Amino acid sequence: MKINEIQAEIVDEFSLFEDWMEKYEYMIELGKSIQLIDTKNKIDANLIKGCQSKLWLFAELKNGRIFYSADSEAIITKGIAAILLRVFSNQTPSDILNSEFKYIDEIGLKEHLSPTRANGLVSMIKQMKYYAIAYSNK
Amino acid sequence: MVFDIKKIRADFPILKRKVNGYNFVYLDNAATSQKPIQVIDSISDYYKNYNSNIHRGVHSVSQEATDAYEGARIKIQNHFNVKKSHEIILTSGTTHSINLVANGFLEILDEKDEIIISGLEHHSNIVPWQMMAARNGVKIKIIPIDENGDLNLNIYDSLLNSKTKLVFVNHVSNALGTVNPIKEIINKAHNVGAAVLVDGAQASAHFKPDLQELDVDFYTTSAHKLCGPTGIGMLYGKEKWLQKMPPYQGGGEMISEVTFEKTTYAELPHKFEAGTPNISGAIAFGVAIDYLNELGLENIHKYESSLLDYATEKLKSITNLKIYGESENKTSVISFNIEGIHAYDIGTLLDKFGVAVRTGQHCAQPIMDHFGISGTVRASLAFYNTKEEIDILFSSLKRAISMLS
Repeated sequence: MKINEIQAEIVDEFSLFEDWMEKYEYMIELGKSIQLIDTKNKIDANLIKGCQSKLWLFAELKNGRIFYSADSEAIITKGIAAILLRVFSNQTPSDILNSEFKYIDEIGLKEHLSPTRANGLVSMIKQMKYYAIAYSNK
Repeated sequence: MVFDIKKIRADFPILKRKVNGYNFVYLDNAATSQKPIQVIDSISDYYKNYNSNIHRGVHSVSQEATDAYEGARIKIQNHFNVKKSHEIILTSGTTHSINLVANGFLEILDEKDEIIISGLEHHSNIVPWQMMAARNGVKIKIIPIDENGDLNLNIYDSLLNSKTKLVFVNHVSNALGTVNPIKEIINKAHNVGAAVLVDGAQASAHFKPDLQELDVDFYTTSAHKLCGPTGIGMLYGKEKWLQKMPPYQGGGEMISEVTFEKTTYAELPHKFEAGTPNISGAIAFGVAIDYLNELGLENIHKYESSLLDYATEKLKSITNLKIYGESENKTSVISFNIEGIHAYDIGTLLDKFGVAVRTGQHCAQPIMDHFGISGTVRASLAFYNTKEEIDILFSSLKRAISMLS
């Protein structure tokens, strides 16, 4: 599935929730089920700066596609990271670089992705794109 | 005096707002206090009716502004029981004040000297001294804290010697709320001839220190912690120190005579107040002090203590909740964690319920390292908070925990 299609699908899923609590409960569930980063990659070098809770991100290239994995000490941060992984993982570097993560407003995650927020998720998107740049020449 | 909480809350317009559809419960008072309408109005009154630059005007309105600005200094002087008004330097806040003193001591001290910093300090009382030490080679020593969050004064005793020149300690810890025994710390420092700077940022909203009685050498606070605006604060310094220290910033106001060969600095306090100051801020700072004094700091302290007891007891009934900093002597701050749940998750969900707390390291990483944790949730209470709000914190916290477990 293309990045935009996945985003549309997520927006659809989120539209089913009646209030913020259901939405957060879902994100917490996502956080528990995230594709966890391999222990050997859960190292300081893979930490995203600017988070109140530690957030690790790793990426590897397989058959021309990037596979991301992540982990965080905070479960909500982890849930949002899971959404980002679902959108960007298993995509080609050029698709990742040319994509926009524009559905955020609609699912009410904007507050978590404000550049001034102390959870580092904006830095996570940036780091995901850096990986895409690094891998696009390979 | 009866503490009329309803009437007090009516003075704070922001307390009427909603956040995320819920009543706003503001429990982040250690970060900054909310402002009563009297303070807010004093700022607009200044700009509407007598805005002018101060000290050098020949015209009437400039004189009115100067009188109001200098009037604020007198209010601060009286509030802290300071001997001379020129011992009060108006700064942009505590951080500015500390940097001003650190800069002042840069050339007074050298590599043979030692300074002592308490282990309970905010980054703003650590970093300026490290920057100073990097330049003049002064040796920095630390007073460690114990399990309850109290400073270990036996170790403090052993750190003091004839080489000790300065001691820095906060009156109240921002991360834990511990009230430090500053009188004892000051006396002991003076016994070896060291000066003491007390950071009062977290104290001055809760009690009223008598600076002459304390005999402290420097004391600083930020107006925004005590119902005043941001961007203004004060540094008290004993006259002898302020005269000894060189100016911090050059500019207008701080000079008496300027030629291209030589400048003579102005008298205190203007020597340390270069440029056009935060005039409206200073005036509003004075109004905030009036406001607190009208309520009475003792009444405030008493009310907050009973609120703290109520909140502590309620929170302690929650399974797996651990409070950090249980000093006998603390202000209305509760720093806590729930076992197995990250502080950031708690803070995020509390916010969704309209409850504002702080999470993280509270700019005091060394304290968090001491407890071996990455951060805490911090609820800090003020005199305009209520038991009902504590109940909301409690029920929201319970719901957040059940969502996260």
